[in-house]
Amino acid sequence: MRSIKSTRRHVALAGLSAFALAACGSDNNRNTVTPPPPPPAMASFDVTVTNLTNAQPLSPVAVIAHQDGYSVFTIGMAATTGLENLAEGGDNTMLIVEADADANVLASGSGAAPIGPAGSETVTVDVLESDLPDLRISVSTMLVNTNDGISGLNGVDISGLAEGDAWTGRGIVYDAGTEADTEAAGTIPGPADGGEGFNAARDDSDDRVTMHAGIVTQDDGLATSVLTGQHKFDNPAIMVRIERTD
Amino acid sequence: MKRLLGAMFLMASLFGAQTASAVDFNVRIVNLSNGIYYTPFLVAAHPAGTSIFTVGQPASANLQAMAEGGDISGLVGDLNGLGATIAENPAGGLLGPAAETDVDLNTDGTSNELLTIVAMLLPTNDAFAGLNAVQIPTEPGTYVFDVPAYDAGTEANDELLTGGGAPGAAGMPADPGMLTGTGGTGAAAADANPNVHIHRGSLGDLDPTGGTSDLDSSVHRWLNPVIRVVVTVR
Repeated sequence: MRSIKSTRRHVALAGLSAFALAACGSDNNRNTVTPPPPPPAMASFDVTVTNLTNAQPLSPVAVIAHQDGYSVFTIGMAATTGLENLAEGGDNTMLIVEADADANVLASGSGAAPIGPAGSETVTVDVLESDLPDLRISVSTMLVNTNDGISGLNGVDISGLAEGDAWTGRGIVYDAGTEADTEAAGTIPGPADGGEGFNAARDDSDDRVTMHAGIVTQDDGLATSVLTGQHKFDNPAIMVRIERTD
Repeated sequence: MKRLLGAMFLMASLFGAQTASAVDFNVRIVNLSNGIYYTPFLVAAHPAGTSIFTVGQPASANLQAMAEGGDISGLVGDLNGLGATIAENPAGGLLGPAAETDVDLNTDGTSNELLTIVAMLLPTNDAFAGLNAVQIPTEPGTYVFDVPAYDAGTEANDELLTGGGAPGAAGMPADPGMLTGTGGTGAAAADANPNVHIHRGSLGDLDPTGGTSDLDSSVHRWLNPVIRVVVTVR
């Protein structure tokens, strides 16, 4: 931790003006030409998301590298419209646009395709080495055979991750709180239904993100549900491995 | 060597301010659920080797009183007997869905190095959230604990709203959210496991005036974790 901080300080110094270089350059005699500053050093992270569920495909994941101050959501607060789009329809486009507009966000990436049960996908994000000391990574994806169930990680602190090291964690399932969990035909975008995705109406019991209580399903007494016992899930729903490759 | 260490610990306890477990910290408790309320929380730092419940063991009478009726007074007495550092009822009453509360604790001058947090889930028969005797970090920073729901194992999960809050009385004491039904016939008899165990979850049904349960299966179920505890060590 300390050594990363001091490394970062040196990198920052290297980017300062020639005056600063001259002032601290007593160990080297660079008195003729100021060399061009080296390209900024980058750190690269492979973020691999694995689907641990029985029959809940995951929408293409959003991976966001950021600093303290950004959060995909907060328990008890209303979801952003971007998160609502992801949670109801599996479309991460607006969530990523929102993130990229946030001053605390450093980089973002999207999965190329949905991730089926037992499947996985790796998304790579690159950040400046100088941004490592306060680096967090968030991951967000929809369980598509739900009304508005999402999984992910919210601001995992990986500032101490050294090159070649990896961090592995598991994600639980949240309810975006933007759509009532009716499980009714026509309301679920995944293959269990092929129904509606995003709808701007917010008709859940309360417009706020909480834990998902699970689905009831037609096999457990909710006759109007298009979901079956196959679609039930428990926590955790995803595994996330973050490896610093560079 | 052992005796020397013992003497050093004795010295440390005599000069209380120098004990290794002196930690000034904040405990934030977030109700993660959308349909569950919590009775007043008990937050306590207590000595190594002590706990107020053990998974796989029968609940004490005082744990039962908390889990069945939300009464923490007996557990507070137990913990005071251990010299614990205690915060009672930081939310000043019930902690509703998606709500949070926080409280400061300081173990300066004590040997209280473990953290325990409990409160009953409403509406249930004897479910409680339990952070059980985890080591309190001493390094300044923020630490997150996701906490599951336990079943005290002391009462049948009949899921009937019959006001049974006293230890040993059947039924659920209350539903602050007022979303329960009536007329259920009883969802379950006595627990197969009479010891403290991870709660198997509530069943509920979709019949507000009958069925087996007074709970609503689309409102009162939950998946773990049920609360999140954020410890900030200063």
